[in-house]
Amino acid sequence: MASKQLRILVPVKRVIDYQIKPRVNKTGTAVETTGVKFSINPFDDIAVEEAVRIKEKNKSLVESIHAVSIGPAKAQDILRNCLAKGADTSTLIDSKDVVLEPLAVAKVLKQVVEKQNSNLVIMGKQAIDDDCNNTGQMLAGLLNWPQATNAAKVEFTDNGKVNVTREVDGGEEVVSASLPLVITTDLRLNVPRYVGLQNLMKAKKKPMEKLALKDFSNVDLEPRLKVLSVEEPQPRAPGVKVNSVDELVDKLKEAKVI
Amino acid sequence: MLGSRFARQLVRVAALRDSRCRSLVVRTALTGHIIPDGRFYSSKIQPRLTSEAYPYVKRDPSFKKLTNEDVSFFKSVLSESEVLEASEAEDLAFYNEDWMRKYKGQSRIVLKPKSVEKISKIVKYCNEHRLALVPQGGNTGLVGGSVPVFDEIILSVSNLNQIRSFDAVSGILKCDAGVILENADNFLAEHGYIFPLDLGAKGSCHVGGVVATNAGGLRLLRYGSLHGSVLGLEAVLPNGEILNSMDALRKDNTGYDLKQLFIGSEGTIGIITGVSIMTPTRPKAFNVSFLAVDSYESVQKVFVKAKKDLSEILSAFEFMDCHSQALTKKHLPDAPYPFEDDYPFYVLIETSGANKEHDDAKLESFLESAMEEELVVDGVVAQDETELKNLWQWREMIPESSQAEGGVYKYDVSLPLQDLYSLVEAANVKLEEAGLVGDAPKPVIKAVGYGHVGDGNLHLNVAVREYSKEVEKALEPFVYEFVSSKHGSISAEHGLGFQKKNYVGYSKNKEEIKLMKDLKQHYDPNGILNPYKYI
Repeated sequence: MASKQLRILVPVKRVIDYQIKPRVNKTGTAVETTGVKFSINPFDDIAVEEAVRIKEKNKSLVESIHAVSIGPAKAQDILRNCLAKGADTSTLIDSKDVVLEPLAVAKVLKQVVEKQNSNLVIMGKQAIDDDCNNTGQMLAGLLNWPQATNAAKVEFTDNGKVNVTREVDGGEEVVSASLPLVITTDLRLNVPRYVGLQNLMKAKKKPMEKLALKDFSNVDLEPRLKVLSVEEPQPRAPGVKVNSVDELVDKLKEAKVI
Repeated sequence: MLGSRFARQLVRVAALRDSRCRSLVVRTALTGHIIPDGRFYSSKIQPRLTSEAYPYVKRDPSFKKLTNEDVSFFKSVLSESEVLEASEAEDLAFYNEDWMRKYKGQSRIVLKPKSVEKISKIVKYCNEHRLALVPQGGNTGLVGGSVPVFDEIILSVSNLNQIRSFDAVSGILKCDAGVILENADNFLAEHGYIFPLDLGAKGSCHVGGVVATNAGGLRLLRYGSLHGSVLGLEAVLPNGEILNSMDALRKDNTGYDLKQLFIGSEGTIGIITGVSIMTPTRPKAFNVSFLAVDSYESVQKVFVKAKKDLSEILSAFEFMDCHSQALTKKHLPDAPYPFEDDYPFYVLIETSGANKEHDDAKLESFLESAMEEELVVDGVVAQDETELKNLWQWREMIPESSQAEGGVYKYDVSLPLQDLYSLVEAANVKLEEAGLVGDAPKPVIKAVGYGHVGDGNLHLNVAVREYSKEVEKALEPFVYEFVSSKHGSISAEHGLGFQKKNYVGYSKNKEEIKLMKDLKQHYDPNGILNPYKYI
């Protein structure tokens, strides 16, 4: 792989920050989003980091890294961070407050892949808001590309193949594929870097294309699912302290677990 | 006996390993003794008895020694679970030793009353029988003020741990002294308020304890000192009387402001049992930026600029030297460090406000112009809550990191800003000259400096492999003399306790000391409360 042949696309999603406890809104129809901190989906952050690392490790391999996000206008904050971390260009697809299902997202992304002429998509295995874990697989299906999901390690071999290590029950599984390819990232693939100030300032000058959902009017974005209600999980019953082993055994019997 | 000691040892090791986890609950298999909260020992050293390490301090013979009758009296007032006696299996080390493992008392009994009335009865009895008492909260103090020196009875307020009331309109919180700071803050968070004080030991320290020691901490820059935010107190006086000024009024100009006497009195004239405090609304948006600067001069310039450009949203401005970061990196080898290169100084800036976009824009323009003016060499900004917490840890973990190799001599001083860092440089020169710094077996690893620039408060930490007389001699009274020559304070926020009792003269004049002694004599004529300390 001597020539610059990788054109990486990294789709990223703006979600409620991982550290914030989500709360159900008063009408019980969705998760409350007003006044709540939003950040990049952690798995997507790992995807950005991996793309940048591939580029840093082998400069001659990567032609470009393009970040794309479908979301409200504020999603440009996370795109700016992607650019600061090392993406070259970006696209914001303003969806206003429309919530897209994975299939619709995959269809939009397919068009972005075609437009950007990408041959490698690296994206989070799932977004932590809906936990669907669908989009990467659907995108690979729509593109008719191979997919390597839940990547814990990504390696490029001399013969042009990509080896992806996945953590599975009882060990590791290595899958090998040629480009073009969709990779979805797992938690232990890497630890994302901080956004440096100088890079953040430079990122302002990097290109950010702004599109809207109406630019994808040929795509069927209609939802297939209807949310009936959203509920908080049952609160856990508090623990009790016991004074002796006998008492513990009694309590366990009471709870019918032994 | 051997078994239980071994078990306790194991717990300490486990706690040490997992020291990043603040809310640790550990139970030893053999004694069944629960270490109630996030306290862990950061030091590997087994502490010497204070009475042996400081032989010039003598037990006051006017204090009675604990007898069986006394114990029976305590048991008549308190229930079984409120009394903890020393035995073969239980040496009460958790209560006798301080957090730094520098001091160790020999108390044989810990009383943990569940009501203020019970405390009052006990104190009255002790005063009548001249039994010395040491009031104890979370025992996270840094000057040996919360542990006995000899055989003083330990009176722990940890069982007084209820929130009494909260007014969501005024933001006034009333709670027991033994409420853990983090619990109080979590409670307030649910109502959209914040405790006006935050510090590294928040998972262990008590609200009463931080008031009794007038702790400063990380939010002082924004919310001011406890002398301003505490509106009322409940305290048990040495004669057993309960002084109550819990009726919290923002404004009350009727007579002497008595509660002020107890704030920072370190348990010498009364035991604080309840606190009313004014709490501010909780900011909705936090930002943290970690900056590298090339000189202490630049740290000051960045501070001035931050005050100007960030003004009302600036909530913390902390500085750290490269030595402190080197120790922290060694202690946290797996945590991602924000920079690839090393720089002489680092600054952590926190902003907090009600509107994220507004704060972001302000911070961004501040950082941009700080870079353009070349005040800042490099820097990072937290992009999510996880990074925000991780960046804070490079400041908050310094105390633990600087004693991870053995121990630490801590000096917490106030100095004029331009002289703040010169103390660290002078201390390193002094220790080098004495030939004490270097690789093992030299005792000193390095003198490191960090602190709250915003409050003119420097923490000088001398990281050592072991506590030794030579190191102590090189540092004391040198540090105090240096501070005094610059007209600073030898204790900015840690207090006097046992460590600084004899050095108060470096910061207070004769008349002030006399008035303080008169006060102590007036309220505690028998001197039973927290003896051998403070003044």
